[in-house]
Parts: sequence; structure tokens; C-alpha cells
Amino acid sequence: MKQVFDRPRTLLDARFHYCPGCHHGTIHRIIAETLDRMELRENTIGIAPVGCAVMLYDYMDIDILEAPHGRAPALATGIKRSLPDRVVFTYQGDGDLASIGMGEIVHAANRGENITVVFVNNTTYGMTGGQMAPTTLLGQKTTTSPFGRDFRTEGYPIRMAELLAGLEGVAYSTRVTVSSPAHIRKAKEAIRKGFEMQLKGMGFSIIEVLSTCPTNWGMKPLDAQKRVLGEMAEYFPLGVFKERKQADFA
Amino acid sequence: MTKDIIMAGFGGQGILMIGNLLALTAMEEGKNVTYLPSYGVEMRGGTANCTVIISDEEIGSPVVWRPGSLVIMNGPSLERFLPNLQPGGELVINSSLVDARKVDRTDVRLFQVAADEIARNKIGSRQMASMIALGAYVALSGVVGLETLIGCLPKVISKKYERFIPLNVNALKEGAALAGIHA
Amino acid sequence: MSAPAAGAAKRVLAKGNEAICHGAIAAGCRFYYGYPITPQNDIPEYMAAHMAEHGGAFLQAESEVATINMILGTSSTGNRVMTSSSGPGISLMQEGLSFMVGSQLPAVIVNISRSGPGLGGIAPSQGDYFQATKVAGHGDAHLICLAPHSVQEMYSLTMLAFDLADKYRNPAMILGDAIIGQMKEPYDPVPYVPAVPDKPWALTGARGRAARHIKSMFLKDGEIEVHNWKLRDKFRKIREEEVRFEPYMLDGAKIGIVAFGTAARVAKTSIQSARKEGIEVGMLRPITLFPFPEEQVRDMASGVQKVLVVEMNTGQMVEDVRRSTPHHERIHFFGKPCAVPTPDEILEQIRLLAGRKG
Ligand SMILES: Cc1ncc(C[n+]2csc(CCOP(=O)(O)OP(=O)(O)O)c2C)c(N)n1
Ligand code: SF4
Repeated sequence: MKQVFDRPRTLLDARFHYCPGCHHGTIHRIIAETLDRMELRENTIGIAPVGCAVMLYDYMDIDILEAPHGRAPALATGIKRSLPDRVVFTYQGDGDLASIGMGEIVHAANRGENITVVFVNNTTYGMTGGQMAPTTLLGQKTTTSPFGRDFRTEGYPIRMAELLAGLEGVAYSTRVTVSSPAHIRKAKEAIRKGFEMQLKGMGFSIIEVLSTCPTNWGMKPLDAQKRVLGEMAEYFPLGVFKERKQADFA
Repeated sequence: MTKDIIMAGFGGQGILMIGNLLALTAMEEGKNVTYLPSYGVEMRGGTANCTVIISDEEIGSPVVWRPGSLVIMNGPSLERFLPNLQPGGELVINSSLVDARKVDRTDVRLFQVAADEIARNKIGSRQMASMIALGAYVALSGVVGLETLIGCLPKVISKKYERFIPLNVNALKEGAALAGIHA
Repeated sequence: MSAPAAGAAKRVLAKGNEAICHGAIAAGCRFYYGYPITPQNDIPEYMAAHMAEHGGAFLQAESEVATINMILGTSSTGNRVMTSSSGPGISLMQEGLSFMVGSQLPAVIVNISRSGPGLGGIAPSQGDYFQATKVAGHGDAHLICLAPHSVQEMYSLTMLAFDLADKYRNPAMILGDAIIGQMKEPYDPVPYVPAVPDKPWALTGARGRAARHIKSMFLKDGEIEVHNWKLRDKFRKIREEEVRFEPYMLDGAKIGIVAFGTAARVAKTSIQSARKEGIEVGMLRPITLFPFPEEQVRDMASGVQKVLVVEMNTGQMVEDVRRSTPHHERIHFFGKPCAVPTPDEILEQIRLLAGRKG
């Protein structure tokens, strides 16, 4: 059969409801492409977060479960324990994963739960209108840090990929972005690696994706792209923080 | 007397601003008033609307399904709200963006104002279109006094944009004058 | 806009959510913790901008579970403290609320409720009535529950909630919804002096006095039973002394509506229209949902021919109405889950009950 669209099979033919310049759509697409390429579409269960990506099920033609805010890793655990041969991934924002869901993510990671987590870090709460997130940069103004984030009262932005890399159960932890074609290629590679490790039963994998929220940053899409590669990547360095080799996996 | 008005248009046209200004003016005149903006998900679609009710009596429902007046700043809003306008109701449309031929009702009092064009050509800023429409509506309906309305402007415009107050005053007056001629 | 001083002469045009903040600040609340959720974000956003200028503190907690426990902590020191949330967030607070009732700690919890169950939606709803009035998490625990129907009440009932919470050492809830939260309306910053009782139980450090303990666990023989009876007595006193309601056009009414919050507000419009048509209809509007105005409902129900309960859910308060009167056959229910009923819809129900054709 001839391929007419360049739309991945896993991606549904629906218009994204995301704002112009938002990276959520791009990230959906590369997950979908990866699932296609690895022929995992029919073998995968995704967990949608509470956040702008809550309607993941409108875009991906795979089985999807909607989680309460922050609890996706616990739901994923329940699915994976019940169906160990299925590929299970969560898709979570920074409010979802690093704030309300901090407990669930740390414990799933520490258990070495054999799941893959795609973590979208846009330094704010998109869906609820731009409040402070645990990843909000120092000095960044949000609707609940109107004078700019101050470490004396709000603490420091959390580097989740590094934090989780410190846990024994974690097989793979990396931070990527989708701010240019080259970065997209790397991000796709990282997601593929995450799924691969899961298929090999090597344990927990997390791919943190630095992402935009032009709407709540009050920025034009292009300026938002620049911010990702600028001050965000400066505080949240791109790279691999842990990668378990087949050999050291007991 | 009770007046209920729905104002609607694109996000960014200043719909919530003029609704708020009208509500504040009504309060200044000692009337009862409610103002209800669209919120949340509805805003994502890029449209904005608000409902203002002004009355001498206690106001019940702040939500209005069959408004007595409409101020319509764009095409989609006309389609959405016109069918529910009460017979005999006032309809102010921004004819720069709303096609008057789409007004398929003869039982309403239509007033057209080319708000965007006037804002650009006469006032000097497109941002003023909604103020022109509000000026026109106030003059047509007499729901509040133009002077009180102008007097309330500084209360809804933040310090940062203070320098634009005269522009807003001109826009309100321009709209009112146009309506005054046609009323 | 900064909070106006209580007793200021001029009316203030404010959003309901903002008026809650003004009321809280006037009541001496200087601590706010919360976690974002629609449709109440104006409250934390206002407090983030203004708590500091009043010498207080705002903190965005990492979750509602953390929030309610921060509330518990500040309350234990004797200071006035508030949070606000909606649906899923209020559910997450249930454990902490139970601990607060058990530990007899005051606080004000604002629920700008949204549609459920689950993630539901952000449309206005009264689906949290049972949760707000029947339980505070587990155990034999209740919240004091106030239901404003105007911006004025968002302001003044918030102040009352602080006073009642302190008076009874129990958390008090303001149960609103997106409509009264988002709408603007003038309110009067009525003169008010916070009624803050002595708090000889507050944890301040045992300097020069015996150490104090605040706890909800009672393991000794019979202790927890005694504690439960003590709380029961407190709730009974609240039921006896704190009922508040508004009778609306009930004189000579043959049909009596029972509705609260936004539903009551809309019903007022319908009642005005029906009266113009010559239908004798009025309303009893509970302002306190816990304590529920049982006696008043009973008296009203025995004086009218029909009772119409209107709610933005599939039927919750109607059970309290049934409980209050033996005249069950008189009770009719009109519900609109997760949506505001239109004045015409309620009017239609009134006409039906009056035997009129619409
Ligand atoms: C228990 C609970 N609390 C709060 C909310 C409201 N809420 C919805 S999405 C969200 C955070 C969204 O931010 P993030 O996870 O960073 O995702 P984004 O929207 O930026 O993609 C919150 C707080 C909720 N749904 N449930
Ligand atoms: S609010 Fe931010 S995160 Fe949400 S869709 Fe818009 S840009 Fe993306």
C-alpha cells in the first residue's frame, strides 16, 4: 500500500488543540513515529496526564488511560504488573510529575518499574494558566510567583533527570529538546532507547524534554524556542545522566 | 428597569474590558449590576464574551440566555448570539468585521458602526474599536451616562497604560456621537 | 486591587473569588497555601500578589495533600489560615480535613466546585454537596459549610467562616462555583471586627507553661468514644445555634423552592417572573448547608402545597429536604448536573406545579 500522508500510523488525523509554537504536538509526533518504527502500536498502553496533554487519546491511536493528576506512574505500575509484556509509558508535565506526582515518580523509579516516562518540562503549569512549577527558573514571573521565583521562599528549580538518575532502579535518564531538527532526531533516538530498554526488561527509563509554553511565557513562538536552548538548557543541561549497559544489569 | 447585555468578539478585542467598564459605571451610578466573563477552556478557542446586567432591582440570575442587547464585534459571535436576542432588542455590530447582511432578523434594533475602520482612521488605534462600540451602545440605550462612563476609565486602565486614556475618551465619544445621529 | 478596609464607605466591584480574598484579609487571615486548579486560580493568584504586603505568607504547595497539612500546621499555631481548591483537590484534602476535625483545628477551606466525578470538567456544579455537608474525610467528622449566592456573601460569609471556625475549633468550608467565583458585582465592605477567641491550645513553645499537644489519636480505653461524643455535642450546638437562611417572597406562597448558591440566584429570577404571572411562589435559601435549616424547611413545607428543590446536580440536598419534613409527597426535584439551569427552565417547573400550561 502506498503511504499517502507522512502522518505516522499511530498519530490520529486530528488537529492538535495546542497553542501555536507549543512543543506538545511535536513530542506526540515523535513518540508516534517511534512506536510505528518499532512496530509497537498494538502492544502499547499509554497514560495521559492531567495537564495540557490530557487529551493524548485524541491524538494517538493506542490504548490510553487517563490518570488523576500526578499519579500516572502508579497507574503504569498497575498496568505493567498486570500485563508485563506490554509496553507502558506515561506522558507527564512538570506540574504533574515533579510537583503533585513527586512521590509516585520517585517510587516507581526506585522500584525500577519497567516503564518509560516522557517528561515534558516547560517550566510552568500550562493548562491552569501559567502558575509556578517546580521547574520554574529563578526570577521567572508566573501568576503565582508575580515577583519572580525567589529561592528563599520557593526553593530552586528541580532537575528531575539528574535526581532520578541517582536512584538504583533507573536504567536510563536523559534530557533532550525538540527545538531544532537536529534536536528532534536526538529526542527520537532517546525515546527509542527508552522503549528498547523496557522491551529488554532493564528497568525504569525517563526522557525529559525541555519544551515551550509560549502562551504562558507571554512569548512569540520563535522567542520561546530560543529560551529553551538559552536559559533553560543552561540550567537544565541536555545529555544522558544514566544509561545502564546490558552488562551491568543483574 | 433591567438591562441585560451580552458583548462578544475575538480575544484581544477588549471585550472583557468594555464589559468591566460598563459594570463599574453602573455601580458608580448607584445601580445594581453583575458582570460575568467567559472563562477557562472557552477562552482557548480565541473568543471572548461577557454578560452585564444593570438594574434598579435585585439581580437574580447573572447568566442570561435571552439578552435584551448585544454588542457584537466579530462574525462568529453574531451567529452564536443573534438567535437569542429578544424581539425589539438592541443590536450593535462592528460592521468592519461583521457582515450586516447576516443579520437575518427584522424584529431587532440594528445599529452598525464600522468600529475597526473608525478606530484606525479617526482615533488612530485599532485597539479602540470596542470602546467605539461601547460608546455607541451607551448612547443608543441610555443605560448609563456617557460622562460617568468616561469618568470611570482611569479605574479600569492600569497605570502602565494611563497615557492611552485620552484615546479611549475620544473613542467613546466618537461612538456615542455616531449613535446620537442615528438614534 | 488591594483589599478594601472593612467598613470603607464605598461599594467595591469585585469578582467573587477576589471578594473571598478581601474577606479573608479583613478577617485577619495572613496565611494562604494552595495548589492551582481551575476555576479558582484567581484566589491563589491574588494571595500570591497580596499576602506579603499584609505581613503574611503565600506558598504554592506541591499538592493538595501537602496544602491541607500546611494548613493544619499554621492553624495549630493559632493563626488564621485559608486554602481554596476544587473537585479533585478537595478530594485529596479529605484525609487532612478529618485530622483537623479530630484535632479540633480551625481553618477556612474554599471549594469553587466544578463538575465531577473524576476529572469531570470545569463547568459550574453543585455535585459536591454531599462531600461538603456529610463528611470531612473518614470518621464521624463534619465541616461547617456556608453557601454564598452573591459577591457580597463571598465577602461576608468568608469572614463569618473564620469566626465560626475559631469559635468551634473546626474547619469551615465556603462552597461556591465558577459562576459566583467569576462574576463581578458590587459589594459593601461592611464594618466587621474579627471575633478571634483566646486560643489556649495553640502551639507556641512551652515557655513558662505546661507543654501542649494537638492530636487526633486516642488509644486509651474508651478515650476515642468520649472524644466522639464531645465532637457530637459540638456539632449539635452548631446545629442549634448557627443555622442561617434567607426567606425569599415566601409570604402566602403555595409553592416553596429550596435552592442554594447559584441555583438559588437563578431561581430568584424565575420567582419574579412567576409572581408576575400570579403564581404564588417563594423560596427558602439555605445559607448554611451544615448546619442545614431543617426546622425552617419543615415549617415551610407544612405551609405550602408543593416544594420544589432545584440543584445543579442529580439530587443531593433534596435528601436533606426529605429528611426535614414528613410531607414527602409534596417534594419535587429539578436538577441540572454540571450546568446552570435557565430562569425559563425553573419557571417551567413552577408553572407545571401550579397547574399552568407554559
Ligand atoms: C488534584 C488536582 N489538582 C489540581 C488539578 C489542576 N491541574 C490541572 S493540570 C495542572 C498542571 C498542569 O501543568 P503541567 O503538569 O506542567 O502540564 P502542562 O499543562 O504544562 O503541559 C493542574 C494543577 C487537578 N486536575 N487535579
Ligand atoms: S498552554 Fe502552554 S503547554 Fe498548554 S498548549 Fe498552550 S503552549 Fe502548550
